[in-house]
Amino acid sequence: MYLAKVVGTVVATQKIDGLGGVKFMVVEPVGDDGKPAGPRAVAADAVQSGPGELVYVCTGREASMALDEKFVAVDLSIVGHVDDVMVLVPESPKGAKKGKK
Amino acid sequence: MLLGKVVGNVVSTVKVPDHDGFKLLLVRPENLDGSLAEKSFIALDLVRAGVGDRVLLLREGSSVRDLVGQAASPVHAAVVGIVDEVER
Repeated sequence: MYLAKVVGTVVATQKIDGLGGVKFMVVEPVGDDGKPAGPRAVAADAVQSGPGELVYVCTGREASMALDEKFVAVDLSIVGHVDDVMVLVPESPKGAKKGKK
Repeated sequence: MLLGKVVGNVVSTVKVPDHDGFKLLLVRPENLDGSLAEKSFIALDLVRAGVGDRVLLLREGSSVRDLVGQAASPVHAAVVGIVDEVER
């Protein structure tokens, strides 16, 4: 599961069985700092989100379990709207700059 | 399973019903040398961990689903322990 920002919608009329009525959004992974952190992907929407919203997504087989019909052909789904992220330990992953107070 | 560090809290009010009542933590896994990995992910908190804690992470769907107690819950990662010490 990771943080992402909704950046667009996907319209698809012909879909495999089980995906009827499922809304698809384009999401962009977001890092701790709020900046884009990876390639965009398409996610099934389980919580009625809209473009520009910060959300969290579930990956893998479990993604389909957020939808009404389980075990459908989905490997990424939006499972919640994020109101706030509190990063209380702002630490550089590449090692903190020494000597800076 | 992974070692990691809790780096933040995620607040979400509108979410799938299966996640109700669980705290969401932003965690960063540890690399082999003990440094923190670049990419963070969100894990369901099952042990009342907090920001700054070094934790044990589970990142495999079916095991997490077992722990959550719902057979078909959209969860993929969980915090399953608070680490006191690691001998290397």
